[in-house]
Amino acid sequence: MNFQRQMIALYTVARKEIVRILRIWLQTIVPPVITMTLYFIIFGNLIGRRIGEMGGFEYMQYMAPGLIMMSVITNSYGNVVSSFFAAKFQGHLQEMLVAPMKSYVIILGHVAGGIVRGLAVGAVVTVVALFFTKLEVQNPFIAISILVLTAIVFSLGGMINAIFARKFDDVAIIPSFVLGPLTYLGGVFYTTSLLPDFWAKVSAFNPILYMVNGFRYGMLGVSDIDIVTAYVIILAFVVLAFGTCFYLLSRGIGIRE
Amino acid sequence: MSALSLCNLTKTYANGITALKSIDLEVQEGDFFALLGPNGAGKTTAIGIVTSLVNKTSGKVRVFGHDIDTDLAAAKACLGVVPQEVNLNQWDNVHNCVLNQAGFYGLARKHARERTEIVLRELQLWDRRAETSRNLSGGMKRRLMIARALVHEPRLLILDEPTAGVDIEIRRSMWAFLRQINEQGTTIILTTHYLEEAENLCRHVGIIDAGQIVEHDRMSAVLRKLRQEIFVLSLADTVPSSLSLIGFDYQVVNEHEIEVEVHGDRNLNQLFEALSQAGVQVSSMRNKTNRLEELFMRLVDRRDKELTERIAEPEIRI
Repeated sequence: MNFQRQMIALYTVARKEIVRILRIWLQTIVPPVITMTLYFIIFGNLIGRRIGEMGGFEYMQYMAPGLIMMSVITNSYGNVVSSFFAAKFQGHLQEMLVAPMKSYVIILGHVAGGIVRGLAVGAVVTVVALFFTKLEVQNPFIAISILVLTAIVFSLGGMINAIFARKFDDVAIIPSFVLGPLTYLGGVFYTTSLLPDFWAKVSAFNPILYMVNGFRYGMLGVSDIDIVTAYVIILAFVVLAFGTCFYLLSRGIGIRE
Repeated sequence: MSALSLCNLTKTYANGITALKSIDLEVQEGDFFALLGPNGAGKTTAIGIVTSLVNKTSGKVRVFGHDIDTDLAAAKACLGVVPQEVNLNQWDNVHNCVLNQAGFYGLARKHARERTEIVLRELQLWDRRAETSRNLSGGMKRRLMIARALVHEPRLLILDEPTAGVDIEIRRSMWAFLRQINEQGTTIILTTHYLEEAENLCRHVGIIDAGQIVEHDRMSAVLRKLRQEIFVLSLADTVPSSLSLIGFDYQVVNEHEIEVEVHGDRNLNQLFEALSQAGVQVSSMRNKTNRLEELFMRLVDRRDKELTERIAEPEIRI
């Protein structure tokens, strides 16, 4: 199959994923928006007023980029892990495996779905945030590029999770026990300058810290992390996660007997 | 040209079970080939390897000359697969199930839509195109899987028990359709538990048992190897008490029916001559069992006995 046909296959996989997101919008778009609205009301409005300023901004303003990034992370990951695992579990992943599609096409098609859902939810959460606080984007290119790269990393992460998952519990374990804690400890709600030295150093091993701060830099112009370092770390994760996915799919690990 | 060539194909699963033991198999272009065997014989493993859903342990697989080790995409492009288990996306509608598959094979959207309409009409699913696949009946799901497998016009169609659980009317309409596409040039490999289906449709047959090919020939040649058939005759009158059929063994089933064994050295003309001489009028006749089924059972039984004897042989110690 030549390159043009591979691109048609890529378009088909991506389209299928996006149609799925829209078909079940009550499950994919609405719940995260409700959750984030509650965060804004409880942490931003009620508690945030007592916190005062953080990083030179009112707390709600400081927290908003973190919550937008958090919704992008959980939704891009959740979209791919659920879609790919469902396809594997129900058996219709075979539709793609028997076709002459290259592994990178299967990966990119699913990543496209993850990006679309991540950014769609992120956009709606941004609109919700505007009801609570004023948001000015200092550097749109940095903000958007960090968001997209983060969505790519977590879409690929979701795919790796789905490849190894054998039952539905395996799909829930990583978001609950790894992704959730890393996100909450990744500077969504606070600046690492508040942490004791030891914990600030430990936080440096959390990749989500670079994503949240990179995006916050694009939005507010402040960050705990140097922006170039953030890009390097995120790009390194993109390459690592894509390489892992490509290796697993090409070898048939977790998907072929 | 060879549509499918398996050479020394071996598969040992991670749990140590060897599902295929160095099998060789050739299916010629344009053939309608039956791959038969009892449950767990290795049929689905062989198909899984050909369609790249199962990794082989060793051996060579070529599809229309394309080696799956070196030219997998070209080999896959020649293949259409209807798996044993229903594996449709149950939330997708009928139209999208087929249209997406066309896209996975790289068919441009316009062409994909045209082909989708053609195959859905051919398989009488066009009127149900807006329905989600989970709402279809079992027979319709099977037909949808065939439509999906045919949308990219494969040269080799592999059907793994396509008529399992399908009523006789739909099964016969599927047979007619499969015959038609075979006549149009599509090579077909069929695995089935309905041996009548294989006998009716296929020109060549391979019988696989315990991971080995135990028979591989033309269907007619395989059936000739069956040296004995049993016919059930319904008589116009009651069975005479002193019936004698010279040269034939028979058993009385009930007062109007007898079972007659016809060995390879005798024929039906001779049987009817014997019946005429005995003054018996036959109102109808049928095979007691399907001929291929009979042969199949003998081959599989023979292997089982050999295996049992081998296990039972005492170990010789020097």
